[in-house]
Amino acid sequence: MFEAILLMPLAGALIAGFFHRSIGDRMAQVLTTVLLFSACALSWIAFFTIEPEHGTTYTLFRFIESGSLSADWAIRVDMLTGVMLVVVTTVSALVHLYSMGYMAHDDHFADDESYRPRFFAYLSFFTFAMLALVTSDNLVQMFFGWEGVGVASYLLIGFYIRKPEAGAAAIKAFIVNRVGDFGFALGIFGLFYMTDSIQFDDVFAAAPTLAEAQFEFLGHQVNAAETLAILLFVGAMGKSAQFILHTWLPDAMEGPTPVSALIHAATMVTAGVFLVCRMSPLFEFAPTALTIVTIIGATTAFFAATVGLVQNDIKRVIAYSTCSQLGYMFFAAGVGAYEAAMFHLFTHAFFKALLFLGAGSVIHAMHHEQDMRNMGGLKTKIPRTYWMMVAGTLAITGVGIPLTHIGFAGFLSKDVIIETAFAGHGGAAEYAFTMGVIAALMTSFYSWRLIFMTFHGQTRADAHTFDHAHESPNVMLIPLYVLAAGAVLAGMLWYGDFVGHHEAEFWGPAIFNGEHNHVLHESHEVPAWVKVSPFIAMLIGLTTAWYMYIRQPDAPARLATVLQPVYLFLLNKWYFDELYTWVFVKPAMWIGRMLWKKGDDSTIDGAIYGVSTGFVPFLTRLSVRAQSGYIFHYAFAMLIGISLMVTWFIVGGAE
Amino acid sequence: MSNILSFVTFWPLVGAIPLIFLMRGDGPDERLNAKRLALFVTTTTFLASIVIINGFDPADTGFQFVEERDWLGVLTYRMGVDGVSVLFVMLTTFLMPLVILASWNVEHRVREYMAAFLILETLMIGVFCALDIILFYLFFEGGLIPMFLIIGIWGGKERVRAAFFFFLYTLLGSVLMLVAMIAMYWDAGTTSIPALLHHQFSYETVDLLGWEIIGGAQTLMWLAFFASFAVKMPMWPVHTWLPKAHVEAPTAGSVVLAAILLKMGGYGFLRFSLPMFPVASEILSGFVFTLSVVAIIYTSLVALMQEDIKKLIAYSSVAHMGFVTMGIFAANQQGVDGAIFQMISHGFISGALFLCVGVIYDRMHTRQIADYGGLVNRMPVYALVFMLFTMGNVGLPGTSGFVGEFLTLAGVFQVNTWVAFFAATGVILSAAYALWLYRRVIFGELVKESLRAITDMNRREKAVFAPLIAGTLILGVYPSLILDLMGPSVTALVAGYETALAEAADRVVEIVVAQK
Repeated sequence: MFEAILLMPLAGALIAGFFHRSIGDRMAQVLTTVLLFSACALSWIAFFTIEPEHGTTYTLFRFIESGSLSADWAIRVDMLTGVMLVVVTTVSALVHLYSMGYMAHDDHFADDESYRPRFFAYLSFFTFAMLALVTSDNLVQMFFGWEGVGVASYLLIGFYIRKPEAGAAAIKAFIVNRVGDFGFALGIFGLFYMTDSIQFDDVFAAAPTLAEAQFEFLGHQVNAAETLAILLFVGAMGKSAQFILHTWLPDAMEGPTPVSALIHAATMVTAGVFLVCRMSPLFEFAPTALTIVTIIGATTAFFAATVGLVQNDIKRVIAYSTCSQLGYMFFAAGVGAYEAAMFHLFTHAFFKALLFLGAGSVIHAMHHEQDMRNMGGLKTKIPRTYWMMVAGTLAITGVGIPLTHIGFAGFLSKDVIIETAFAGHGGAAEYAFTMGVIAALMTSFYSWRLIFMTFHGQTRADAHTFDHAHESPNVMLIPLYVLAAGAVLAGMLWYGDFVGHHEAEFWGPAIFNGEHNHVLHESHEVPAWVKVSPFIAMLIGLTTAWYMYIRQPDAPARLATVLQPVYLFLLNKWYFDELYTWVFVKPAMWIGRMLWKKGDDSTIDGAIYGVSTGFVPFLTRLSVRAQSGYIFHYAFAMLIGISLMVTWFIVGGAE
Repeated sequence: MSNILSFVTFWPLVGAIPLIFLMRGDGPDERLNAKRLALFVTTTTFLASIVIINGFDPADTGFQFVEERDWLGVLTYRMGVDGVSVLFVMLTTFLMPLVILASWNVEHRVREYMAAFLILETLMIGVFCALDIILFYLFFEGGLIPMFLIIGIWGGKERVRAAFFFFLYTLLGSVLMLVAMIAMYWDAGTTSIPALLHHQFSYETVDLLGWEIIGGAQTLMWLAFFASFAVKMPMWPVHTWLPKAHVEAPTAGSVVLAAILLKMGGYGFLRFSLPMFPVASEILSGFVFTLSVVAIIYTSLVALMQEDIKKLIAYSSVAHMGFVTMGIFAANQQGVDGAIFQMISHGFISGALFLCVGVIYDRMHTRQIADYGGLVNRMPVYALVFMLFTMGNVGLPGTSGFVGEFLTLAGVFQVNTWVAFFAATGVILSAAYALWLYRRVIFGELVKESLRAITDMNRREKAVFAPLIAGTLILGVYPSLILDLMGPSVTALVAGYETALAEAADRVVEIVVAQK
């Protein structure tokens, strides 16, 4: 069954990619979608039938073997895998279905161009790589999936092959991810060096000894568990667009919107969170690494939310929101509540995919307009999309009944994260709690700002576009309904299993908590004001957004003028892109040119020429004589050499 | 089939005889016949080499298919393969028919062209099979002659200058290697490679012209061989001949150069430097690591700024060979496995990339990146193939390019984390130059008027690429296919190296202490 889940998307990708001419455009789309829905159905069956206490591994065939470094293509089944399987296949299946409508017409391509099978092939290939990542039982297969999703992401961000921005964004995504992978790879090498294995089971078994072990890394004696956990986390930062390595994610919005929903919201970007949770047996022995995870996560949650406040592109707002929510997941893991991180990963997949696909529906209705300043008043034009977006917004902002377990998905999962941060120990946890509550306020503000700017008030769209705005077809709306059901119910249905009373039975040995780690239990005992604080933050954000975009629509402009430096700082995303251009990109190019012209051409070639003209001047004379002169000369030199050698043997033999 | 190695080695040479001496005329029919003959000969060579790989027993770490005959009175003709060299023989025989097929458009002195490639094939296979240093030297140096001719006669505008550079570099290296070989014979009294592998060369510190040479004779011989192999690899800073040679060489010449000729340096390190001079290798490994890391970062940065597609790929080759030298001198299972794998994989990938350049060069007669752009609009199949090999070049898991980089880095990490750290930045830089190249050539609107009528790959071109695609992907997904073949031989090599060092342990400790 698990083999089928893994291989059906791959089969779909190959058939759609290579045989679409034989089976036709339409058939390629239907086939990949049907295969994905089948994989999705099987995943849900698996999810409900996995016995958490017994991890099972299915070996497919050998992958790589070099001395003690050995890994198979394998499927490791436990509850972490189970959760990821349903998240990935569900969102992917719905995105496939949605894309049949969304990609039906595209101004980037000529009518007779066959771009759709390529799109579906990429989507299915992505799904396969993601599944290979989450089902891996060793670090190399995981790395395969890790980079495989990266290349799928690259191809899909650059899907509009003629658009220069898309090409630039695709490269940026790949390279920034490679910076993360650089750390990840070093972590793998280090784990292999210290444990002589790259199998999860062996590494996990060795984790307690790693906590005591030292090794020399870059000239320093370092603690093995801490250093290796940090290196792995660098990989997670790249893939999950965390602070410092986040710059690629907003640009990735150049890809078609269904891609943003699947890859850059629900699945691929959560791979980093999955990595940290998967490696929980290691991270539990690396307190410093966990502190770093907490700080980076909390900083990202805050930073991305601040930038999200002022963006005008509907997709970029949601992209920064994703970045921020991933920060929540990381600081949850950082304080030791991996279960809460996974819970938020799970619910976030539903409501964030919903928001993106909803935004796609808006963009579709507005003929590829993405700037919210040219929207407004769309509520009556596309009411179904509107209500679905509202459901997603209620979920992400965390609406629910305080002090109960009744509420939209984000209410349950985000609040439990904030509570665990409060229950966590040390300054980093306090910082995370503070940032988490502030970010919750901003989340509420920018999410409602998006709703108000897009759907409410007087329209700012030009009359033609507005008049022709139309509701999306059912093939696009049905995925929205399904995801909306998840956004409403997923939190309430699975609270008990993921983080509540049944969490220990639910997760089994898939997530490891150290013997002193009771943060999840302690989070249920935090004071009432802590539990209510994110709710209050949400209300403040909502009211402010309502005031600024419904009540006093000229307020934002006035505020932007009064606080212009702050506004520009946020609008320009804290100037990270500019910083990186000046610190990395331009110097690399400058050095490259200098090494080429000054290093290779002047110094090295100059020296060679100098030697050749000074040391063996007769060679140049020869070279002038005939172009094939050196060949004979060379053969001659070689013969002299051989005869010298032979003479030597004869003389030597005579001795 | 006791003579199978000789047959595989010399069959191409036999095939060259009618091309040179029997066939006459330069009409279209004659040209076609010459091409067909070359294709036939290289294909049958490949088929014959399958016999070798079939009969090869990976568990036997000694030399197999050994042939030994007296030759020219005092010399011995000695051939054989082990788990390391058999892979290079297979790489050569596998690529040559594709190289011939890729040269189908050549119309200038076709018979000589085909003969040069056939002779080159004999000499290349000979390098990997020779078990006697004189024989090795003959093949090793002899291979350069047809390569000179290929660049000098069928090359581009600057071919004379390129051949001159090539010549200058190689001459210096080969003279030193010859001296070292003579010294080896003087010391060991034999030219047989299997015997030399068991001979222990002295590593007592010697005094040479007032210089104290740590590692003694081993160090001196190591350095002499190094001069030759480092040029051949090529390692920084003796790499500058390669971009020039590549740019001027015809497509097929570039393919052979990158895919096979460069591998002779790596093979030489594995056959001579590491097993015969283990103490010197250990002493000088830091030196090799430094050059390797510099090569990876330096040439990657230079590649980033290239304006000529072939030059860019040539620089990228130098960077990839940096991983090879680094892996070899890590001298552990993963490092050496990875280095050999990287060489085989690079044979497929760089060969294919040069063929990719050839495809568009044949059509547009320019290699400038700026002259292209938006090719995906007219050449979707080409875009796909080029993408695949770009990803292979970048070392994407699932392609063969990943395995070599991964294993060499895993190997060197155990020896020196600094080296692993800096070398690993190469995976970031390679993504930068390779994807940027791809974007500028393939993506975007097709705006250049000259490109409007460009056609996609034809069936012959697809046939050339198909085996390379299959090889790259199969080795990426199932690298054990060749890791199993080389594994035991590499284990024996590494074990021998460690034993030798252990025996020399006290002295080496002293040496290392003295060095510090």
